[in-house]
Amino acid sequence: MADNQRVVIIGGGLAGLSATMKLCELGIPVDLISLTQVKRSHSVCAQGGINSCNEQTRQLGDSEWKHFDDTVYGGDFLQQQPPVKEMAYWAPKVIDLMDRLGVTFNRTFEGYLDRRRFGGTLYKRTAFAGATTGQQLLYALDEQVRRWETQGMVRKFEFWDFLGPVLDEEGRCVGAVAQDLVTMEIHAFPAAATIVASGGCGLIFGKSTMSVFCNGSAVSRCFQVGAKYGNPEFIQVHPTAIPGSDKLRLMSESARGEGGRVWVPRTPQDPRPPKQIPESERYYFLEERYPQYGNLVPRDIATREIFNICVNEGLSVEKGRMAVYLDLTHIPREELDRKLGGILEIYEKFQGVDPREQPMKIFPAVHYSMGGLWVDFAKSSDGGLQAGDPANQRTNIEGLYAIGECDYQYHGANRLGANSLLSCIFSGLFVGPCIQTYIKQSGGAAVTRTPSTLFDAAVSAQQKRHEDLLNCRGGENPYLLHQELGDVMTRAATVVRHNDQLDSAYAKVEELQQRAARASISDTGSWTNQNVVFTKALQDMFPVAKAILRGARLRDECRGAHYKPEFAMPSLTETDPEARRREAEQWCDRFEENNRRYLKSTIARWNGTDPDISYEDVDTSLIPPRPRLYGLVGAEIIEQVWRERQAKRKEQVATAGQ
Amino acid sequence: MSAPTPANPSSPAHPTKVNVRVLRQDGPGQPAYWERHQVDYEENMNVISVLQKIAAQAQTVDGKKVAPVAWECGCLEEVCGSCTMVINGRVRQSCSALVDSLLAENATEIELRPMEKYPVIRDLVVDRSRLFHALKRLQAWVPVDTYGHLGPGPRINRPQQEEMYPLSKCMSCGCCMDACPQYQKIELQRRPGESDEQYQRRKEAAYEQGFVGAAPISQVVLFNSHPTGKSIADGRLDALTETGGIQVCGNAQNCVAVCPKDIPLTKSIARAGRAATLHSIKRFLEK
Repeated sequence: MADNQRVVIIGGGLAGLSATMKLCELGIPVDLISLTQVKRSHSVCAQGGINSCNEQTRQLGDSEWKHFDDTVYGGDFLQQQPPVKEMAYWAPKVIDLMDRLGVTFNRTFEGYLDRRRFGGTLYKRTAFAGATTGQQLLYALDEQVRRWETQGMVRKFEFWDFLGPVLDEEGRCVGAVAQDLVTMEIHAFPAAATIVASGGCGLIFGKSTMSVFCNGSAVSRCFQVGAKYGNPEFIQVHPTAIPGSDKLRLMSESARGEGGRVWVPRTPQDPRPPKQIPESERYYFLEERYPQYGNLVPRDIATREIFNICVNEGLSVEKGRMAVYLDLTHIPREELDRKLGGILEIYEKFQGVDPREQPMKIFPAVHYSMGGLWVDFAKSSDGGLQAGDPANQRTNIEGLYAIGECDYQYHGANRLGANSLLSCIFSGLFVGPCIQTYIKQSGGAAVTRTPSTLFDAAVSAQQKRHEDLLNCRGGENPYLLHQELGDVMTRAATVVRHNDQLDSAYAKVEELQQRAARASISDTGSWTNQNVVFTKALQDMFPVAKAILRGARLRDECRGAHYKPEFAMPSLTETDPEARRREAEQWCDRFEENNRRYLKSTIARWNGTDPDISYEDVDTSLIPPRPRLYGLVGAEIIEQVWRERQAKRKEQVATAGQ
Repeated sequence: MSAPTPANPSSPAHPTKVNVRVLRQDGPGQPAYWERHQVDYEENMNVISVLQKIAAQAQTVDGKKVAPVAWECGCLEEVCGSCTMVINGRVRQSCSALVDSLLAENATEIELRPMEKYPVIRDLVVDRSRLFHALKRLQAWVPVDTYGHLGPGPRINRPQQEEMYPLSKCMSCGCCMDACPQYQKIELQRRPGESDEQYQRRKEAAYEQGFVGAAPISQVVLFNSHPTGKSIADGRLDALTETGGIQVCGNAQNCVAVCPKDIPLTKSIARAGRAATLHSIKRFLEK
């Protein structure tokens, strides 16, 4: 337990805590830095559940491979496949572990874990604990970490703000600098390895379903010193949230997983109470348009349909405000309470309406960042990951790792529901032995050989930034700038994106960034100064905001959550079978051409003022990309053409190999 | 993502301004003082949005420039436990405290105070480390052998899960302790020259003299009913029968009345009480 082995972890959500406990078990001490008490991390907001292939789905033909396939298909093939495969194969083990740790998962009558269905799959893979699964999982990990804390293996630094990694002359990360949010003191944390597990960046969009901690600043601070940022433009907008003035509260996908139906009255803004509108006058638009998946199409599709029905078809249930009905009233009360109690209480508490009696009014909201810090992986001979290899989860900066929502590699262009809790816990557990190897190989040398002057300089640089800000009297109000940033980002870079809007948004964000440099601090004190901490986080939102906008601007296609109508792949229109076949051939040509150009990870690097964008190949060696055809007219014939092409290609490869 | 909510001109009952009175304190050991603020009314506002507006304005109702009121918040949907404070005299989460219902309680103003039983750090921010220390004392965890793969956990039938689940929803917000007459504030001042570790140890020693409180007792019930968790049940009951243990409970039942998650705390205390009594007898006979 030598101190030159100590690892610093930034963030105590599911990813950070699972990494902490795993490292402790391996005998490696951890300093855990968090903006809040780790028990209050944003993971508590995850509601619906956690996916894995299980004994019941297996009997219906499911397998880990199918979970893997659903995940990459749902993500429009933008993921690196080896890590996703490894995750899917670990999933049953992750749930077993959480079960052993005492998570109060819902049970079948016989006492086995109950499962429900989630979006983007036809199997009931999702284990859940009421509608507060994230909270329950987080608590189990929090308890384990507390256990290690009593044994002296973990030092918690709660209410501390990570200000940046410390890099040595060779560019290796040798620790972190952080600030105590109570005393405002700034300290260095030398570390044999540093793991960022800081979650998403929803606050860049002003209001989202995320907690106030999810401001993206930790990731931005790594990005600004040279860490690559992958797929920034892929931001998940959740189809169902409760509009609110301070926050858009999530209404879990599990509401639909348990049978919830989305509809609008066929008559625009029908003034009757919803329960008095007869079936024949209701438009269940998801069920009608996607008969196979119904209300459980992948999130990006559900979101666009709800947005479209309100914005373009004018069928919002209210005048002057956009919302559709999410209806649970046909399900027995007792069953709702048992399976969805937590989220129904949230609706009831914040809206004052009982969703067991009245359909809920919901609308999409920014929810998850698929993109994040670029991380490497070491592929094993079976196409998964090489366990214990120090390359796994490592950013392009040696000694700096990223896990959980803030890494870019598991969800591609769109995340499937109930896969995030899995990716967070999986990456946290998996990174432990990788770090152990890294420390063995480097002997913690990076830290022991690093002169203390390096850490002193890093602390003084942050001290200077802090004091300069306190003395800044530029007249700009950081809170109002944040609102403006949120408005710009929400308008230009969420459900539907247009190049002209992305261009003007970039210019506006540039202007806001300059104004934020002239923020006036209304609190100049040196004790629990939330004002200056917020302003710092705000300033660090701009590099990420710019990466999101530029990534989106340069990607002229539609993929998962990134949707530009101008570049959408059309439905087939020909009716004559031969012409339709030709049309499908052309469709597939275009699809292939598009993939050659855009089936790439967007890589952003910060040049000091703007992000430079380049592209890297995606490892699709395990499952060849195929068109994502949920609900498209002509899907059958396109699928047929595509299958024939794939078969032909396989044949060619086989012949060439002889 | 939401479209803006238009003001509803047809409901004249809504005021245009909301008056807020905040009990502030610049730091530990400093005097507390009242300050008045006023913010524009909006539909569906909660106390969080009121405090956000106060932060953005950074001036009192009289136009005096002041530092923003410090407060803690997190998820804003009542699952993280961050934003506990005393609102109109009642301890609760500020995210789920809706302005309309507060104004129905008192139309003239909303009163915000920090929690009473925890030391103030600044304004509405308090130090709740005592609460987390109690969870350490009571070994509130399942002592598994390893995080390696050993198959599924023990089978738990549905009725048992349904008893455990409500207890595991406790978010350590501290409402139950703040409302408890037996839970007394423990506040230490740092001595000159005292190191972080020394100060921490002195605080923890002081915490161990005070009442553990309802929420941690309820966690003992949760872990002592888990098939693996109960393997260290005796250790938890030892801690629960020491100084500051369950015997301090005066059965005022305030805890269950203020719990935002409707956790059956008094039921937990009764169960823990019975277990503690049996445990004490057992320990006595062992002597």
